[in-house]
Amino acid sequence: MLDKKQLKKEQIMQSALELFAAKGFYSTTIPDIALSLKMSVGNMYNYFTSKDVLAKEIIKHISQYLGKKLKEINEEDISTKDKTRKIVEVYFKTASLKPEMIDYFLRIYLSNREVFKDGCEGMLCVNEFVTEIMIYFEEGVKCGDLREQDFFSAFGLFMGYLGGMVFLKGENILPKMLNEYIDDISFNIYKALSKE
Amino acid sequence: MRVLWLSAITCNGNTHSFLNYPHMEQFLDDFEFIYHPVIDSSYMLEDIVSKVIPCDILLIEGAISKEFQRADVSVVEIIEKYSKIVQKIVTVGTCATFGGIFRESGYENTSGLHFDQDKPTANFEDLIDKTISISGCPVHPEVLVNTLYAIKKSTALQLDNFLRPKEFFAYTVHNGCTRNEYFEYKIDNHQFGELEGCMFYDHGCQAPFTHGSCNKILWNEVNSKTRAGLSCLGCTEPTFPKQNLFATKKNMAIPENLPIGVGKRTYLTLAGITKAFKIDRLEKKLFDD
Repeated sequence: MLDKKQLKKEQIMQSALELFAAKGFYSTTIPDIALSLKMSVGNMYNYFTSKDVLAKEIIKHISQYLGKKLKEINEEDISTKDKTRKIVEVYFKTASLKPEMIDYFLRIYLSNREVFKDGCEGMLCVNEFVTEIMIYFEEGVKCGDLREQDFFSAFGLFMGYLGGMVFLKGENILPKMLNEYIDDISFNIYKALSKE
Repeated sequence: MRVLWLSAITCNGNTHSFLNYPHMEQFLDDFEFIYHPVIDSSYMLEDIVSKVIPCDILLIEGAISKEFQRADVSVVEIIEKYSKIVQKIVTVGTCATFGGIFRESGYENTSGLHFDQDKPTANFEDLIDKTISISGCPVHPEVLVNTLYAIKKSTALQLDNFLRPKEFFAYTVHNGCTRNEYFEYKIDNHQFGELEGCMFYDHGCQAPFTHGSCNKILWNEVNSKTRAGLSCLGCTEPTFPKQNLFATKKNMAIPENLPIGVGKRTYLTLAGITKAFKIDRLEKKLFDD
């Protein structure tokens, strides 16, 4: 029973993501989301009591999705250089296959902090994702591949870079497909973070 | 009970610490030192090494090397001789237990009685059943004395893998620390000696992964390092002394050593949550200047 409810919640989050990406966060209403799923508005509220609650659940869902992928990479017995490339690949692949997810993160979560101020303070709602990035950094430094530095200077370099590229892609400014940048970007990030 | 206090390669820090035991008169009524380096005792060191003086407990202070002599006799020989007649052997302090600071001395093959840091040594293997380790730099006087009373009363002590009584070493020094609330909410200490803040995050405090009762049985019945505003230096552990004792070794902001039994992912998840708290009460000084 619980699984069925969870499945439905995920369907709602997916539809909401797609509508937010197409129409914008503020222009999308709960009735719009209900309609897209052929659900009654009343029933929608059984799953999410408000659009703000839905918004927070979605960011947690995205963080869990990416966190799980990164955890698999972190647990592989490969060099930090290879991990760097795999993280870039996963991020760009997600941005290509599920553009609404990264779009939500960049254009809604980061740009509408007032929606997330209660319950998503600090890194609370993106914990799974950030934890795996921290582990990637920590293990990289520990094995001597990466240079010791402040976490945020490294985090900003890595995620700011990837986010920026996906943003440019979203604006249709990039001349090439995202995956064509994987080699150069992985090289640049690793070179910037590495100990040498 | 008759006790021999044998000093091997040592700074005598444990001897000094022991002198701070608050009920010394009572102790000296119940135990007799056949020899102690600074307390009046029945025999001279020369007597101890040349004869076999009846004795119940052998206390060893300091790291052990065959090369090191007392009254022209190797400490190893003295230990071998007395270990045969005593009921129990107690290694007093971290040097006698694991080698400690004097493991770095110039004497050949210096180690603790049964351990070279965390590795068991082959020497004295036949004495393992007789030995109790009381590590610490220096030894906590009450932990030492309470162990001696347990021996006197034939109380069976449960020991950990390093032969330390669990009664005193099953706990971490973190247990009972007055800064635990600051640890829980990840609030750093900014200056040694201040009452506020936790020293685990920046100042090298090893209490969450150091076994001992420092915050449970206070020093001089008054205080502990962490309560007073100094980080725990991990002095009861086989790894003591590490380097850079006043800084937390971190890799990209993550402490290299985490509280015992806590996985990295779990720690980071919890840390991410606690960092979101902003608790005014804990951000302020406890007392107004």
